[in-house]
Amino acid sequence: MVEGDLLPELVRGPITRHTLALFAGASHDHVPLHTDSDFAKAAGMEDVFAHGMLSMAYLAQALRHWAPAERLRSWSVRFTAITPLHATVHCRGEVTEIFECDGARRARLKIGAWTDQDIQTLDGTAVIALD
Amino acid sequence: MRIDRDAHVGVVSEPRTVTVEAGFLTFFAKATGETDPVYFDEDAARAAGHPAIPAPPTYLFSLALSAPAKRGGLFDPENGLGVDMMRVLHGEQSFTHHAPIHAGDVLTLTTTTSDIYDKKGGALQFVVQETRAEDRAGALRAEMRMVAVVRHG
Repeated sequence: MVEGDLLPELVRGPITRHTLALFAGASHDHVPLHTDSDFAKAAGMEDVFAHGMLSMAYLAQALRHWAPAERLRSWSVRFTAITPLHATVHCRGEVTEIFECDGARRARLKIGAWTDQDIQTLDGTAVIALD
Repeated sequence: MRIDRDAHVGVVSEPRTVTVEAGFLTFFAKATGETDPVYFDEDAARAAGHPAIPAPPTYLFSLALSAPAKRGGLFDPENGLGVDMMRVLHGEQSFTHHAPIHAGDVLTLTTTTSDIYDKKGGALQFVVQETRAEDRAGALRAEMRMVAVVRHG
């Protein structure tokens, strides 16, 4: 494991209304911007759009395909664009640094999600324990 | 309606006790296209060495939503910030994991509104809320920081 290593890309979607209804129920996020088109349009949106936390959950799966979830120490994202209905979500990551913390080796990764239109929707970093 | 910074920054919610439910973890796994049975099958979880189905790394966000604070809640117009759901976007989210969380765990959540600030000349207001999850022994299991963006005008 070295700097420059790429995570295997994880692709989820396309995001359907059904995806959003399920995630609203399962995640307890009942903000109607994600499930009610009338509400979303009244709020000035084109239509319902995906919860940012749905893409972050996908990103967690992408990280887990690279290292066990228990090794994830801290991670952070900014939601840089909405994920529209029917989009496919592409989760990617790259090791940017191997460093030591309290005598243990850790990897810092740059992580993100993109739509199939190549719009970046999540932009962040993660720290994973290596030992 | 603008959020009054002075009225809300520093407000700490009451402690909310939540139980991590296996049924909801299974539902969450289905809703996120999870393929690893550890996250939806108790037997697979135990076979992999987990005491029960583990909570995925974003799950604290859902636990907090499942137990809205009676004091300082983001959308609560009477005892919280009263953010309008038509004007809210999720700006940032971070997690720090101290120890794994599993189905059956009983956690106490405490949420603090730690900052409110403007951008774009006040057209956007950012609300920062930080949540801590402690177990019954008082050990800190996980923390998260949420930044909500409120669109004005």
